[in-house]
Amino acid sequence: MLGFLWRRLVYTLPIMLGVALVCFALVHLAPGDPLVSILPPDASAELQAKMKELYGFNRSYPEQFVSWVWRAVQGDLGTSIASNRPVFSEVMKAVGNTLRLAMLATLIGFVLGCLFGFVAGYFQNSWLDKLASLTSVLGVSVPHYWLGMVLVIVFSSILMWLPPGGAGPGGSGDWAWDWEHFKHMLLPAITMSVIPMGIISRTVRALVADILAQEFIVGLRAKGLTDVGVFMHVVKNAAPTALAVMGLQLGYLLGGSILIETVFSWPGTGFLLNAAIFQRDLPLLQGTILVLAMFFVVLNLIVDVVQTLLDPRISRS
Amino acid sequence: MMHITVDPRKVPEPAMQRSAGYWQTVGRRFLQDKVAVAAALVVLVLLVLAIFGPWLAPLDPYQSSMLKRLKPIGFAGHPLGTDELGRDMLTRLIVGTRLSLFMGITPVICAFFIGSFIGITAGYTGGWVNTGLMRTIDVFYAFPSVLLAIALSGALGAGITNSLISLTIVFIPPIARVAESVTTQIRGRDFVDAARASGAGAFTIVRVHVLGNVLGPVFVYATSLIAVAMILASGLSFLGLGVKPPEPEWGLMLNTLRTAIYTQPWIAALPGAMIFITSIAFNLLADGLRSAMEIKQ
Repeated sequence: MLGFLWRRLVYTLPIMLGVALVCFALVHLAPGDPLVSILPPDASAELQAKMKELYGFNRSYPEQFVSWVWRAVQGDLGTSIASNRPVFSEVMKAVGNTLRLAMLATLIGFVLGCLFGFVAGYFQNSWLDKLASLTSVLGVSVPHYWLGMVLVIVFSSILMWLPPGGAGPGGSGDWAWDWEHFKHMLLPAITMSVIPMGIISRTVRALVADILAQEFIVGLRAKGLTDVGVFMHVVKNAAPTALAVMGLQLGYLLGGSILIETVFSWPGTGFLLNAAIFQRDLPLLQGTILVLAMFFVVLNLIVDVVQTLLDPRISRS
Repeated sequence: MMHITVDPRKVPEPAMQRSAGYWQTVGRRFLQDKVAVAAALVVLVLLVLAIFGPWLAPLDPYQSSMLKRLKPIGFAGHPLGTDELGRDMLTRLIVGTRLSLFMGITPVICAFFIGSFIGITAGYTGGWVNTGLMRTIDVFYAFPSVLLAIALSGALGAGITNSLISLTIVFIPPIARVAESVTTQIRGRDFVDAARASGAGAFTIVRVHVLGNVLGPVFVYATSLIAVAMILASGLSFLGLGVKPPEPEWGLMLNTLRTAIYTQPWIAALPGAMIFITSIAFNLLADGLRSAMEIKQ
């Protein structure tokens, strides 16, 4: 077990360094001078050189990379070119908003996905199974940004039940535990939940079908266990994998929320990323991507460790 | 969001019993699958629209009219209404098929060749070449795919070529992983040892024994990625990072029509419905292909 943890950690470090390198390279992949957006068009050569030095663009790439990583480890991701505020605090504020949305979406997706998956796995090849399979195919095929638009059309434009965008009344980005704020979360969270729902339901269906076909189930039934008792055994065996899939889905939602956040004007990382791209705010772009990718790498690590703790068979294989 | 996972169940076993009758059996089983056949027909219709769209469309896709902006579905002369610049929706949806499919399918095809090459090289060579190649692939795999696609396009800038490049980079890692794992399996088989013992060089073994057994499963896996690629490619255009106006492309149409969701909501939703239909059809087609190729006897 300890050996497994150690190997997993050692494997993660080079991945993290690689991820940092890709994030760093992104900025230098970008065509044009990153300072163009802040310098006035008639800036003197002296001012240009000064700004270059200020942002560190005048040093060699390896030098820039090492100092960037070193500062990033200490929580300093530089200063946003557009807003002139520290990138780290901007990103963290947005991560909070995205995380809240992604967690609600994962929860909805997990509950519905497990429900459909269990029903489909228990009643294989029945009409219930076909219906659940259809739902999961639709879930993984739907362009979620379009689904978001359709939900806005139905629930905001026609029925006028829910707000079409923003994180709170009056466009405020701060969270409060009240019904008004929750209402703003509902449509984006439901839109977001469709894909994890489809994937979790597919996974759980396959898991349940596999487990039910194993001999120990027959043994349990022969022993005289009730259907509920057998069901508990199926749940116990399916849980580690289902939870792992859920954890990974949370990571995908965190990193992939940009399209949905754009549709709903949700003040999260996606929104920040969008602004960074179109204002060519490279430090902000670099920082946001780095934080999101690191979240994902760490989440992967946690999922692996938790799954191994729940299911000791994995560390032995 | 929709990340590309390498689900072992989605990769068919390399079929060793692939005799002359193999493809006939696959064909027969595929034709028995009604859902898969229906999906194949939808894909066929989309391909016809993509090839012959400009001749089939009733009007000029670029012809705008200030007087006929945002007319409803069923308006005289415009069966699906008009967009925010008064251009015919039906025409733009039909003509847009070509660019939309092109943007979704091309990256998967490019990634299929590059990813298979990397995967087969890594799998067949083994050793440090394998470690080096696959660890590099792992770094790209560590990014959620939507994030990677948007980050790359965001850095490279908007445009068709840049979108194609970033999507290809997104799809190489999963394909390379599948190709590598199948190649490693094949490399350990007796017939490869036999070929080596009889004096065949590495190139000949890869060409004769490895390619034939690896490309089939990898191809089926790649087809299952087209649906994701369609959604991602249109998503980039939807954000303004892909195709530029005034080209007709579904994702871009969805973007420019967003402002109209309160005046003509159903027209604004139409391009997305096309993306949805295309993505379902490719998903079901890939499912059908996979189960037809998994012949267990």
